[in-house]
Amino acid sequence: MTNLEFTLLVALGSLVAGFLGALTGLGGGVVIVPLLALVFGVDIHYAIGASLVSVIATSSGAAAAYVREGFTNVRIGMFLEVATTLGAIGGAHLAGLISGSGIAVVFGVVLLASAYLSGRHQDAPPAEGEPDPIAQRLRLDGEYPTPDGPHSYRVRRVPLGFAMMLFAGMLSGLLGIGSGAFKVLAMDHAMRIPFKVSTTTSNFMIGVTAAASAGIYFARGYIDPALAMPVMLGVLVGSLLGARVLTHAQPRVLRIVFALVIVAVGMQMIYKGLTGNL
Amino acid sequence: MDTPYEANFEQLLAKLLRAGVLLSAGVVCLGAILYLINAGGADAREHKVFKKEQPADLRTVEAVVTSALRLDGLAVIEVGLFLLVATPVARVAFSVYGFLRERDWVYVAMTLFVLAVLLYSLFFDAAH
Repeated sequence: MTNLEFTLLVALGSLVAGFLGALTGLGGGVVIVPLLALVFGVDIHYAIGASLVSVIATSSGAAAAYVREGFTNVRIGMFLEVATTLGAIGGAHLAGLISGSGIAVVFGVVLLASAYLSGRHQDAPPAEGEPDPIAQRLRLDGEYPTPDGPHSYRVRRVPLGFAMMLFAGMLSGLLGIGSGAFKVLAMDHAMRIPFKVSTTTSNFMIGVTAAASAGIYFARGYIDPALAMPVMLGVLVGSLLGARVLTHAQPRVLRIVFALVIVAVGMQMIYKGLTGNL
Repeated sequence: MDTPYEANFEQLLAKLLRAGVLLSAGVVCLGAILYLINAGGADAREHKVFKKEQPADLRTVEAVVTSALRLDGLAVIEVGLFLLVATPVARVAFSVYGFLRERDWVYVAMTLFVLAVLLYSLFFDAAH
C-alpha cells in the first residue's frame, strides 16, 4: 500500500465514523480508535492520538453552532472544565504508564458502557425542592429556547456532577475520546440539567478537555501527522454531514443498530487486548 | 440568565471557534497536498509499531516551523494541528477577558485555573 492509498482509505473510514458518530450522538472518537486499531492495524497510541485531534475539530465546529442557538450554558461548561481538564491531564499521564493492551481493554469496557448509556431513557425528571446553594453561588441556573418560549431550569447535586466530570476527563485523556456519553450522564442524570442543554454543553467542553491532553500527546509522540491528517479531515466532514442529516431525521433504528455494532467492537477490543493481539 | 453583554460575548466565542477550526483545517489540507505530491507514491508509513520518538524534524516546535517554511508536507500538517489545539485554548483565554469585563471574580479565577492547566500540558516535556 502506498501513502496515497493509506491516506484515502483512512479518510473514507473516518468520514463514515464521523457521520455515524454525529447521527447517533456518540461522537466519532469511539469508532475511530477501534477502526484504526482493528482494521488498519495501527498501534493504539497512534490511534488515540489521531482520534484526540479529530475530537477537538468536531467539538469546536459543532460548539460554534450550538452556542449561537442559545442551548449551551457557558457558565456550567466553564465550571465543569475545571474538573475535566484536571481529569484529562491525569488520564494522559496514565496512558503513558499502562500498556497498549491495557488501554484496549479499558477502551472496550468504555464502549460497552457507552452503548448502554445511549439506550437509556433520556429525560431526567425535572428538579424540585430547594435550590442547590453551590449552583446559586456560581449562578449555574439558566434557561434555553423551546417552541413555547424560553424554559428555565435549576441545577442540582453540583459536587456529584463535578466528581463525575473528573472521571469523564480522565477517560478522555486516557483513550483519546471526547467521552461525551459520560459528560452528558453527569449533567442530565446527576445535575438534572435538561437533555438538550446537557448535550450541547458537553460538546462545548469536549474541545477544551481534549486540548488538555493534546500537549502531553504531542510530547510523547502519539500524534503522527500522516495519520492524524486524514482522520481529522474525514471525521470533520463526516460529522458536518451527519449534523445536517440529523435535523431532518430521527434515526431511532440507526441508533439501535449502531449501539449493537459498538457492543461487538467493544468485545473485540477487550478480547484482543486480553490476548495481547493489539 | 444571560445579560445582553454576555449573550453578545457568547456569539463572539462561537465565531472564534469556527474561525480556528476552518483555519486549521485549511492548513492541514495544504500540508496534505504537499505531503501526497512528494510522498504519495512511496510505501505507506509504518504505524503498526509505536516509536517513542518523532522524527527529528518534527520533535520540537522550532523544528516543525522551520520545516514547514521549507514546505515540508508533514510539518505543515503539524502546524495545522497546533492551530487546532490552540483554538479551545484561545477560547478559554478569551473567556477570562469576558468574565473580567463583568467583574465576575469567581469565574475569572476559575477560567485562569483552566488556562493554567492547559498551558501546563502544552509545555509538558516528556523528557522529564
